[in-house]
Amino acid sequence: MNSFSYALRTFGRELRSGEVIVLLAAVALAVAALTAVGFLTDRISRAVARQANEVLAADLRLRSPAPVPEDWRAAANRYGLQTAETQTFPSVLFAGDESVLATIKAVSSTYPLRGRVRISENLFGEQREVDVVPERGKVWADGAILARLGIDIGDKVSVGESELTVDAVLTYRPDQSIGFASLAPSLLVNIDDIPATNLINEGSRVAYALLVAGDPSDVDAFYEDVEEILPEEVRVRNQEDSSERATNAADRAQRFLSLTAVISLLLSAVAIAMSARRFAHRRMDTVALMKSLGATQGFVVSAASLQLVLLGILGVALGSAIGFGVERGITTMLADLFASDLPDPGMAPVILASGSALVLLIGFALPSLIQLRNTPPLRVLRHDAMPPAPSRVLVVGIAFAAVALLLYRAINDALMLLIVLGGMAVVSLLLYGTGRLLVAALGRSRSGVGIAWRYGLANIARRGRDSAVQIVAFGLGLTVLLLLTFVRTDLLAGWQKTLDEDAPNHFLINIQREERDSIAEIFRDGGIEVPEFVPMVRARMSMINGVSVKEREYPVEDGEWMANREQNLTWAARLSDTNEIVDGEWWPEDYSGPPLVSLEEEAAMELGVELGDRLEFLVAGQQIELTVASTRKVNWDSFKPNFFMVLSPGALDGYPATFVASLKIADEKSDALLQLVRAHPTVSVIDIDVILQQVTSIIDKASLAVQAVFVFTLAAGIAVLFAAVQSTIDERRYESAMLRALGVKRRTVLSGVITEFAALGFAAGLLACIGASVLAFVVAVQLFDLEYEFNPMLWAAGLAGGVLLVCTSGYIAARGAINAPPVEVLRAT
Amino acid sequence: MIREPVLTAENISKQVISPEGGLTILSNVSLSVDPGESVAIVGASGAGKSTLLALLAGLDLPSEGTIFLNGANLTELSEDGRAQVRADSVGFVFQSFHLVPSLNALENVMLPLELAGRKTPRQAASEVLRRVGLSDRWSHYPAQLSGGEKQRVAIGRAFATEPAVLFADEPTGNLDSRTGETIMDLMFEMNRNSSTTLLLVTHDKSLAARCDRVIGLDAGRLVSDTRAAA
Repeated sequence: MNSFSYALRTFGRELRSGEVIVLLAAVALAVAALTAVGFLTDRISRAVARQANEVLAADLRLRSPAPVPEDWRAAANRYGLQTAETQTFPSVLFAGDESVLATIKAVSSTYPLRGRVRISENLFGEQREVDVVPERGKVWADGAILARLGIDIGDKVSVGESELTVDAVLTYRPDQSIGFASLAPSLLVNIDDIPATNLINEGSRVAYALLVAGDPSDVDAFYEDVEEILPEEVRVRNQEDSSERATNAADRAQRFLSLTAVISLLLSAVAIAMSARRFAHRRMDTVALMKSLGATQGFVVSAASLQLVLLGILGVALGSAIGFGVERGITTMLADLFASDLPDPGMAPVILASGSALVLLIGFALPSLIQLRNTPPLRVLRHDAMPPAPSRVLVVGIAFAAVALLLYRAINDALMLLIVLGGMAVVSLLLYGTGRLLVAALGRSRSGVGIAWRYGLANIARRGRDSAVQIVAFGLGLTVLLLLTFVRTDLLAGWQKTLDEDAPNHFLINIQREERDSIAEIFRDGGIEVPEFVPMVRARMSMINGVSVKEREYPVEDGEWMANREQNLTWAARLSDTNEIVDGEWWPEDYSGPPLVSLEEEAAMELGVELGDRLEFLVAGQQIELTVASTRKVNWDSFKPNFFMVLSPGALDGYPATFVASLKIADEKSDALLQLVRAHPTVSVIDIDVILQQVTSIIDKASLAVQAVFVFTLAAGIAVLFAAVQSTIDERRYESAMLRALGVKRRTVLSGVITEFAALGFAAGLLACIGASVLAFVVAVQLFDLEYEFNPMLWAAGLAGGVLLVCTSGYIAARGAINAPPVEVLRAT
Repeated sequence: MIREPVLTAENISKQVISPEGGLTILSNVSLSVDPGESVAIVGASGAGKSTLLALLAGLDLPSEGTIFLNGANLTELSEDGRAQVRADSVGFVFQSFHLVPSLNALENVMLPLELAGRKTPRQAASEVLRRVGLSDRWSHYPAQLSGGEKQRVAIGRAFATEPAVLFADEPTGNLDSRTGETIMDLMFEMNRNSSTTLLLVTHDKSLAARCDRVIGLDAGRLVSDTRAAA
């Protein structure tokens, strides 16, 4: 007989006996966590990769705030390139009394040059790819538009002054943004329909784009050619830029999720190590027997290894199935967060997860197997004959190597790996130390309590090392869950509390100078306080102290972005009450000297600009020079129009300006808004409440998805507990039988065990509450600048959850030992 | 004709290191056993009976002295080498049965046959089970068998390879006296039929009395060696 057939023959029986279930569960959990995360990140990065290629709908895109001049197109034609044009801008759509803010995407007939548009004939209907754009008079609308307007295919929708017919549901366009598409659903319109809508006038925020595609060398040549004549404000993007950005974002998400999976993985590893020790220990008797019957060392080791591998394979299969299911759930949950359809997952995550789990299994179970090999056959006669314990260096070394290998794959950066490993070692030691302290405290508290309590607490103290590991494993899982449930809502609530009751809930943008009176009148008629119309002029910074903004060095990376972005300038005679001067002085109300500018303090810091520095701007083709007169602190949370750069009165006279306003409109007075957008279709109304709701719902969904991943962490914690209880089950069975034989009631034994687990759970909960509170404090104060408020609910939930969870799982794990009839147990030993 | 002994121990001693210092469990024991003989090793608790059995069966090595089992010098063999000798020439019956819990009765009996590389182990094991009277229970797992049945399976397993020597450690220790009696009947019957050498450790005087020879141990020394009158 070979060891393989022996291993196979006994495997099924082993499985049925339940002895190896914990080991199986630990492997399955590790695989499930890894595959779920792997599937998810695989999907995201594939979606990102696909979109990165299509995100421009072209090979090169020239985007400009002004209409595309004829000579660009002519240049493209010279090189034999295909071209298309788009105009993109926000506008409010109407159907009956309903309205919705949408992104209008007006396209010429050749759009898109790369990728294909997909539409369907009805909401959630089957989609098909098309090679045309909407005919004149027709539009393709995002499903969200139809839903919010309460209309269907064939109905009409008001776009500015035109009535256009909805011809199809737009399910996908290559240049849609990757996430958060629902914030501003798009409407695809034929570009020739735009003039009649009257939506575009001077100062409108329209992004004009010329799309170019063709042979790469021709595209390059074209670009070199037009680069000379392109005005400053034209933004050029090619495939490389866009894919780089997209993949960076995907990389970051992947690393974060991978690290969370690694936590579950490590906890599973602890469970695997514990249950593998038990796996080996249980086999010692059989191995000794086999040896006495003439089996060689090679035979017993290969039989046990084979069983372990079989177990691994089963765990991998189970774990992959769970992981796949979870991923499906998460994707369904997040369906409307991602672009319309994510590509189906590949098999790579399963292979990687399985490989990782097997590495863990080998890394953490191998030492036990080596020990098994040396089991003396004498053990058949003398039960205390034990194999020599494997060397500590070997055990730690193999396990450490396995973890490092896995982490390296997740992190993929040697230095980061060292930092993470070092950090993990420190955090683990800290947590373990805390765990030991808690165990010691629990052990000490056992004098002066009843027998059941004393028995339970004594158990914790006696198994000090294992108890500490359990506390830490559970504590970690709970910490993360607490963070995600309580701290997230606390932060949102804290932030909302900083908002004024009377904070504006609507923004009006793109108001023309001559529209102000008429709009003021609509509000007055509607019983709404007329808001202040704040002027706004678009400009680009060209020089700082005589040095071009492109060549200047900035103290921080964001400075470059700040200098090169399109600036919205405003002017004011008086300082807004949401601003506060931190340096320099605000100008007098009747100031009429040379133009001055007041900078928001962080912008000034990023630009590396000080009082008295000179900033030059290009406004509508003209240069103006400003001197920095002051810096301001701005309360952005006020939801009032605020600007990085405020100019002195008169500085922008004669330049085309639009106006913005913010105001609080109670629900019952919202009719005025409807009236406003009907009378002034080019004015965009942004409902902050709706956006806030959407943001909240997105955060909710996203954190639910992350929570799903962290549930694995908790489950791994439970696996550790089960493994720990199982490794002591013989001892427990014997103790329980002894106590009961001595006349202790089953109830008392039970309360002892419950006490033990309750105390463990309490300690884990305590650890989690401390951890979550500290992290919450750091996040609130450091990251969000919010005051941290103590939340008693977090502590209640953490402690109660810990006690309940550990008690329940502990009881389930240990009940066999408590309930076994004493006579049977005592006779068997 | 002088028969070659199947088992020879020459001046064997066993010392172990304990927390209290060196401890001598066996000291200078020599004996030889002829093929087909049945030998009982008796003595008080701690006299060294089980240790002697373990050494003679090659489960452990003596601190001094040499042991020959069926022509092989156990003290010169590696652990795997001794395992090979056990597979070829040794059978065991233990006080606590020691059946593999994840194998059924038939598979337990097949185990030594397969480890020794015998042909048609299934048929041979079925035949052995028939001889110990458990033909109808071949598919039962150890947990489903009574103590007496378990020991029958163990005896079947021990005799399955027709070993040169069968070692038994308190084979009736975990059984009530009536079942113990039946089990011993079975063991001696199998011993007679297969001309196996039997070496058993026991407290049970009546059991010892059924053997050809009784060796007495006291504090690690061989103190008596009596043969039953032929």
